[in-house]
Amino acid sequence: MADNEHNPLHAHDDHGHGVGHIVPIKLLVVVGVVLLILTWITVAATYFDLGDGNIYIALAIAVIKASLVALFFMHLRWDRPFNGFIFVGSIAFVALFIAFALTDSSQYQPDIKEYRITSDLKGGDSVDAQKKLEETAAQLQTDAPSAE
Amino acid sequence: MAHDAEHHDHPDHLAHHFDTPKQQFEAGKLGMWLFIATEILLFGGLFVGYSVWRGNHPELFEYSSHFLDTTMGGINTAVLIASSLTMAAAVTVAQRNDPVKQDKRPILILLLVLTLCGAAGFMVIKYFEWTHKFAEGWYPGVKYYEKPSDKSHTWDSHAGVIGVEMTTIDTVDGAPTRGDLGLPDTVTVELPAAAPVAVAPDHFLADKLAAVYGNDDAAHAGDPHGADVTTHDAKHDEHEQTHPLQDPHRPRDAHIFFNIYYMMTGLHGIHVIIGGIVITWLLIKSFRGQFHRDYFTPVDLGGLYWHVVDLIWIFLFPLFYLIH
Amino acid sequence: MSAIDTQPQTPVVVDNYLNHTKGVLSWALTLDHKRIGVMYTISVLLSFFLGGMFALLVRTELIAPGEGFLTQDQYNQAFSLHGAIMVFLVIIPSVPAALGNFIMPIMLGAKDVAFPRLNLFSYYLWVFGAIFFVVAMFTGSLDTGWTFYTPYSIDTDSAMSGVIPALTGAFILGFSSIFTGMNFIVTIHRLRPPGMTWFRMPLFLWAIYATALIQVLATPVLGITLLLLIMERAFGIGIFNPALGGDPVLYQHFFWFYSHPAVYIMILPGMGIISELIAVHSHKHICGYKFIAFSSVAIAIFGFLVWGHHMFVSGQSPLLNAIFSAITFSVSIPSAVKMFNWLATLYKGSISLNTPMLYALSFMFIFAIGGLTGLHLGTLATDVHLHDTYFVVAHFHYVMMGSALIAMIGGLHHWWPKITGKMYNENLGRLGCILVFVGFNTTFLPQFVLGSQGMPRRYHDYSNFLPEQVELYATYHMWSSIGSYIMAVGFFLTAGYLIHSLFAGRRAPANPWGGRSLEWQCASPPPYDNFAVTPSVGDCYDFSVLEWDEKEQGYRINEEARRKQAYPGEVADRSGAEKLDGD
Ligand code: HEM
Ligand SMILES: [Cu+2]
Repeated sequence: MADNEHNPLHAHDDHGHGVGHIVPIKLLVVVGVVLLILTWITVAATYFDLGDGNIYIALAIAVIKASLVALFFMHLRWDRPFNGFIFVGSIAFVALFIAFALTDSSQYQPDIKEYRITSDLKGGDSVDAQKKLEETAAQLQTDAPSAE
Repeated sequence: MAHDAEHHDHPDHLAHHFDTPKQQFEAGKLGMWLFIATEILLFGGLFVGYSVWRGNHPELFEYSSHFLDTTMGGINTAVLIASSLTMAAAVTVAQRNDPVKQDKRPILILLLVLTLCGAAGFMVIKYFEWTHKFAEGWYPGVKYYEKPSDKSHTWDSHAGVIGVEMTTIDTVDGAPTRGDLGLPDTVTVELPAAAPVAVAPDHFLADKLAAVYGNDDAAHAGDPHGADVTTHDAKHDEHEQTHPLQDPHRPRDAHIFFNIYYMMTGLHGIHVIIGGIVITWLLIKSFRGQFHRDYFTPVDLGGLYWHVVDLIWIFLFPLFYLIH
Repeated sequence: MSAIDTQPQTPVVVDNYLNHTKGVLSWALTLDHKRIGVMYTISVLLSFFLGGMFALLVRTELIAPGEGFLTQDQYNQAFSLHGAIMVFLVIIPSVPAALGNFIMPIMLGAKDVAFPRLNLFSYYLWVFGAIFFVVAMFTGSLDTGWTFYTPYSIDTDSAMSGVIPALTGAFILGFSSIFTGMNFIVTIHRLRPPGMTWFRMPLFLWAIYATALIQVLATPVLGITLLLLIMERAFGIGIFNPALGGDPVLYQHFFWFYSHPAVYIMILPGMGIISELIAVHSHKHICGYKFIAFSSVAIAIFGFLVWGHHMFVSGQSPLLNAIFSAITFSVSIPSAVKMFNWLATLYKGSISLNTPMLYALSFMFIFAIGGLTGLHLGTLATDVHLHDTYFVVAHFHYVMMGSALIAMIGGLHHWWPKITGKMYNENLGRLGCILVFVGFNTTFLPQFVLGSQGMPRRYHDYSNFLPEQVELYATYHMWSSIGSYIMAVGFFLTAGYLIHSLFAGRRAPANPWGGRSLEWQCASPPPYDNFAVTPSVGDCYDFSVLEWDEKEQGYRINEEARRKQAYPGEVADRSGAEKLDGD
């Protein structure tokens, strides 16, 4: 590599023009307009109550928008595939993290809920609550499935 | 090509350890993409926090997101998209800039200035949003946290369920401990959790709740669909009048929504500011005429960074402002 | 090679990276990867000394039951600072940033890393992070353990006030590591000279590459974790704080999502070094090149799927416990693949039992124990018993200290002649290695027994157990402490003869061991731009082309033989520049 200076093959063809893809301004503008329209759609979609559907629509639109930005504004469409691979790969690792953490936390939520009930009771100051609390405590002791 | 001939084999902008400008350019690009991957994972952590809370406590999000201003958020989205567009265009212009035959420097400068305006505009709007939230009493951190005495069913600790690991936990002032109540330390706890022990079945919990509170409401405390019968609008009106902490409909732990919101938009805001600094630097270099068809790598890389800021906002906007 | 032929026979001072420019600033502001590597090496070794002192404090406290010379608080600080320093300041940067910086570009045949400025910046980030650790030591210190578990770390009453500086320090060190990783990935992708294809790269480079992938993909999560923790402690954002409705188990997910992959940041480069040492010092072609190469990448990727094995008894759900346990077993396969290939390489090799090779053999012995005990811990039922006992302490010292660090020291000896241009005293080297090996096993083997007998970790006093337990623990703890002193002697001896060699060592030939990779084809120490003459890339494990040069007291390549062994195109492709367009 040190002696490439003397290499005729290298003298000209690597300068400037070969480097990087030039994206026409017109195409960029079209993409920008599409992005704005999608933003409008995603806002408009919240006026319809689709239950759980809303978040999926919002996320789907966000994914489309993000892909447009990545492919055109960030030149991924013309870039080395490896750069795109890094990009998608990093998102995959985030997805992995979310998947495990969410699965786990939803599994142990019942424990937290149960704990909260007992600790809420401690905060109650009416005599009534105090009595109920003691009852519950006694009951929990007898029938909470514990590992001892 | 005549222009190229002026350069020798190692033009000024080619560092000594690269052979060709192409190699240097592609190294820079790969480096930037790797950096983008780290940014995505950095924000990724916050998205994990978001998902865990939204997945398990959707009521926090349904309640709290009504206090965010969708119009402001929408405008900010448009601002960022527009500035992303001008940035992308700036890259194209820099790639075409040929000081000898076709000098595009003024357009390049104009586009970068517009991009910078976008960054500034975004931050101004964000500033108003945050200060507005503060004025309403939604502070980040413990300030917007209800003390155990504020409500009957408030503070709690997850501590107990951690079992063996966390036996030294300290409790919040004044709250009685399990010991005070005559509860053994591990009532709810599984001991070392390898065996499938001690996860209370849901109905067990619900029964306990009903026994304690004597109504369904509590039994649905964590249930997204059951608890809340008021319509959103009615709720919203009420919030306008009361201080957030006095709002009777406020779900427990609502502060967590706002803290996630502040963390995510805050970290994003920091990135916008850094992006602004990068663009300013590009502007200075453009004024000096340092970018042209043979050397535009900084514009390209700075642009990539700026688009990432946009990308992240594209997700933050629906996740915080557009919760039904 | 002409690089060798042109070496002066009389010790005339030749231009090299050490004397190319002079003055403190020429070092402090250098962009040369070799000088940055040397600065890292010195800094890391100094931190190792500091962390080792804390270890000796810990060991001395535990030498006998009862309240020793440290109070409970002081003991907590000693092991927390020991752990945090060793992990963040020593092991993580030790191979990639220190040795890797020096060796990697030369091995690759490049003039420098892709981004020399960023490289220097990483170094100063490291320095900055280290300063924050020192600040933490003096502003109330740290007693949370290196894991910063919530709620210990956010409870301002019980955790010490050095927590925020320490978190900030670790955050900064994380970015130092990220930038190093980025730099190395780009270097390996983009700066390979013509002829250096992926499968001609020495295995050390594959290991460094896999490590860099983890550094880039995992460390940002550490960054955000620490940031959230700082915010949690400073403002009470409630995400991890159970008293504010937060979830401490989630904190552990965050922490181990980084920290399990991080243990591979520590061990992978070490494994890379061992691949080199075993092949070079048994003068035999490495066995299963592609298996070793791909197992590095496999470890890097599977390493991301097992973090929950640190949380089996932390309140993680039984479902995830089972999943993580199962995946943990599969991740041990690629490590075993490496072990078998190294063994096969040794088989019928002509082994030189010199210092680097002794370190390599120590590594294999120790890593086998460390890795296999990992399987005990990955098994749900046994981990319930072993978690947070000395068994864990023994396990991670077998892999971090006995494997990663021993590999680093072995690599330091292997490349010492290249880095400094001086030979150290071989006999003292062997003695040092044996002392460290014996000391290490005396220290940590008893800890396996201690742990399985129920001795918990992080206890400063064990006199309150049942009398027969106390008696048992006392014996093993005493042996463990004695071992640590033996090890300390070994390390001081090593430091002594290495420093001595700088002044009085014999001048090192370009290729003292008979290595074939490119770093052995440039002078010792290397010239400023690494290669006076462009080296020729061959099969870096084909040692048959080397011959002993009596005059130089080193090996040189027999051009005749090389030409015969050359890849098609190898000889010609020096200037033909078939540019590597593959990634
Ligand atoms: C120089 C010889 C060393 C000795 C004698 C030694 C000894 C110890 C001891 C006694 C503990 C305390 C365990 C407890 O309190 O329960 C410990 C913890 C630890 N050591 Fe070492 N160690 C040495 C080297 C290393 C090295 C090179 C590393 C590099 C990674 C390391 C990493 C750790 C870590 C991460 C912990 C856990 C700290 C914590 O749990 O807070 N040690 N070591
Ligand atoms: Cu692990």
